[in-house]
Amino acid sequence: MRKYLHVFAIGIQNTLVYRVNFFFRAAFGLIPLAGTLFVWRAIYADKPAGANIGDYTLSGMVSYYLLVNFVDALTAVAEDDWQIAADIKDGNISQFLLKPLDYLAYRMCLYVSGRAIYTVFAIVPVALFTFWLRADFTLPSDPMTAGIFALSVVLAGLLQFFLAYVMALLAFWVLDVSTFIFIQFAFEYLASGHLFPLDILPGWLAQLLKLTPYPYLCYFPISVYLGRVTGPELWQGLAMQILWVVLGYGLARLVWSRGIKKYSAVGG
Amino acid sequence: MTTFRRYLSLYGALWRNSVTREMSFKANFLLWIIVELLWFGLQLTFMSVLYSHTDSIAGWSKWEVVLLVGCSNFIQQLFTAFFLTNLTEISEHIRTGKLDFMLLLPVNTRFLVSLRKVDLGAYLNAACAVAVMGYAAHRLHLAPTAAQFAGFGLMVLAGLLVHYSLMFLLSSIAFWTVRAQGIVFGYYNLFNIARLPDAAFPRGAFKAFFTFGLPMLLVSNVPTKVLAHKLGSPWEMAVLGGMSLACFAASEALWRYSLRHYTSASS
Repeated sequence: MRKYLHVFAIGIQNTLVYRVNFFFRAAFGLIPLAGTLFVWRAIYADKPAGANIGDYTLSGMVSYYLLVNFVDALTAVAEDDWQIAADIKDGNISQFLLKPLDYLAYRMCLYVSGRAIYTVFAIVPVALFTFWLRADFTLPSDPMTAGIFALSVVLAGLLQFFLAYVMALLAFWVLDVSTFIFIQFAFEYLASGHLFPLDILPGWLAQLLKLTPYPYLCYFPISVYLGRVTGPELWQGLAMQILWVVLGYGLARLVWSRGIKKYSAVGG
Repeated sequence: MTTFRRYLSLYGALWRNSVTREMSFKANFLLWIIVELLWFGLQLTFMSVLYSHTDSIAGWSKWEVVLLVGCSNFIQQLFTAFFLTNLTEISEHIRTGKLDFMLLLPVNTRFLVSLRKVDLGAYLNAACAVAVMGYAAHRLHLAPTAAQFAGFGLMVLAGLLVHYSLMFLLSSIAFWTVRAQGIVFGYYNLFNIARLPDAAFPRGAFKAFFTFGLPMLLVSNVPTKVLAHKLGSPWEMAVLGGMSLACFAASEALWRYSLRHYTSASS
C-alpha cells in the first residue's frame, strides 16, 4: 500500500507543474459553456414565463450545465489515456512487468492525483462562474442527497478511468489509438449527457442510451443531485452504476492480460 | 508578381510533401475524417434537439442555424486544412531551436511556419460542410445572387483571417513562455461559440468582447447572414472586414517584436 501512496505523491508533484495550464484549461472551457447557457436563455425567453422544457425550468437547466462542468472537472481523464498508450508503444511498461507494482493500480494513483490537482486549480474559475449564475443554481435538497451524489461521482470517476484505460490498451494492437479515443469520446459526449440532459431527447432514445454505461458517467450523478431520481429508482441506478464499474474493472483486467501476450517490448 | 509566383510554387512543393506523408498512413487518414464528421454530426444533433423543443432561437429558424453550423464548420475546416497543425507546432519549433533553421532559409519565415503542412482530410470535411450548407439553403428556399456569393466568399476569407491571426498571435506567446501550447489549444474552445447565433447573446460585456475583442460572434455569423438575408446592416460586413485586418496587424506586430527578442533555445 505504501508504495502506491508514494506513486500518488509523485503524481501530485508531476501534475503541479501543469497548474497554469489547468487554470487556463478550466477558464477557457467556461466560454463555450457560457455560450450554451445564453442560447438556452434565449430559448426560454421566447416561451411563456415559467415554461418547462422536458420538465426542466430555466434554473434546472442552468444548474444541470453547471453540474456537468463540475463533474467533468472531478472525473475527466486528462492525459492518462495518452500516457498509457505511449507507455505501451515505447515499451515503457516492460519495467512494470519486472517490478512488484500493478500497472492498473499505478495508473489509478496517477489519475486520482491528477484529478485532485486539477480540481484545486479549476475550482477558482468554476466557482466564480457558478457564483455569477448563483440565482439559477440550486443546492441539493438535503445532506443525504449530497452524500449519494458524492458517492455517485466517485463511481463515475472509476468508470471513466476504466473506460479510458481500456481504450488506451488498444495500443497493444494498433499503432495510433488517438482516433479510436476521439471516436469513443464523441459518443460519450452525447450519450453521457454532456451536451444536454438525456431526458429532453425523445423517450425511446433516452431509454436506449440508458442501457449503455455512458449515462452513469455524468447524467446519473447530476440527476441524483437535482433530485430527479428518488426512491427505488435511485437505488436501482446506483446498483447499475456499481455493476458497470465492476464490469469496467473486469474488462480492464481481461484486455490487459490479452494485450500483454501480444506485447513485444519494442524499444524497451 | 514573380514573388507571388515563387511562393505559389513553394506552396505546391509543401502540398506534395504533405500528400506523400499522409498517404503513408491511409487508414489513419480515413479515421481522422470520420472523427471530424462525428463531431460535426454532434453539433448538428445538438441543434436539432434544441429545435425539437422550440421553433426559433432569438429569431433564427432551424435551417438558418444549420446553415450557420455548416458555415462555422466550413471555416474551421479550411483553417485546419491550411494552418492548424502548423500553428500548434510553433511552440515546439521555439522550444527545440528548430526555428533557427527556418530563419536561415531564404523565404519569409512567417509563411513557412504558417503553411508548412497541409491537412488533406480537412478539405474533404470542408466539402461535407458545404453539402450541409447547400441542403440548408435548399430548405430555406435561398437562391443567392452572384453578389451574395461574392460577399459570402469575402466574409469567409475575413473569418479565416481572424482565426489564423488570433491563433498565430497566441502561438507567438511561446517566445516568452513554454506554456503557450495550453493557451493555443484553449483557443479551440472559441470555435464553439462561433457557431451559435449572435442574436442569442444579450447586449453586455460578453457580447462586446467576442465582437470587438476576439470577434468570434462575427466570423461565421456574418457570412451566414449574407446568404440568408439576415444582415441588420451592411456595416456588419465592414466590422468583420476591419476586425480581421486589425487582428492580422496585431499578430504581425507581436511576431516581429518577438523575433527581434528571440535568442534561440540552444546552439
